[in-house]
Amino acid sequence: MSGNVGIVIVSHSADVARGTADMVRQMVGTEVPLAWCGGDPGGGLGTNVGAVVMAIQAAWSDRGVAILVDLGGAETNSEMAVEMLDPELRARVVVCNAPIVEGAVMAATEASGGSGLDAVRRAAEKLYPR
Amino acid sequence: MMADDPSVDARAAGSVVLSHTGGLHARPAIKLTKLARRFDCDIAIGVAAVGPWKDAKSIAQVLSMKVPVDTTLHLSASGPQARLALEAIIRLVESDFQGIETSEQSDA
Repeated sequence: MSGNVGIVIVSHSADVARGTADMVRQMVGTEVPLAWCGGDPGGGLGTNVGAVVMAIQAAWSDRGVAILVDLGGAETNSEMAVEMLDPELRARVVVCNAPIVEGAVMAATEASGGSGLDAVRRAAEKLYPR
Repeated sequence: MMADDPSVDARAAGSVVLSHTGGLHARPAIKLTKLARRFDCDIAIGVAAVGPWKDAKSIAQVLSMKVPVDTTLHLSASGPQARLALEAIIRLVESDFQGIETSEQSDA
């Protein structure tokens, strides 16, 4: 398989999601597929399943996609978005149990070296081992 | 007894003083990790010649070292291109982490 694992950032805040994506781009680079979503259409806080699905599609890689989330709804909506994918694709998407900003940068750094989805997820979750 | 052909399996060790202001914080750590990953050999990094050693290809491990400025970084590599890998990493640190592009290609 070619390409790198993609990264999706899901925050309640569009500013947080966009800012996290900026950090990934500037600190890690452009070789990792990356998409973000956050906020509601009215400019407030929120997350929604459709936006997560579109972000997964935008960052899609045959190697898989790792999702970084902030709180509550971001996680549940991301899990729902994953469930809406075709079963074949679903197996290649994970929601990481990691802080959104640090996890996104760690995951992208791991992904940029060509690592597989499991290694990318472990990198995101390793920074602050529980 | 190290082979001079840098492409063959080998061991190499070296050290370099980290003069980067702020120490080995996120951006330089990411650059070091990404450079280390370009090589197939195992690369260990530590702040003492006797270890303990961290995996230079693991961003979490490198960041967890929290290396402050003016620390001597010790490096040890084994496997293909071990010497080349060490030379490249030492050059990166000596160049104040200017030696590798991370992002912001102007084609965006």
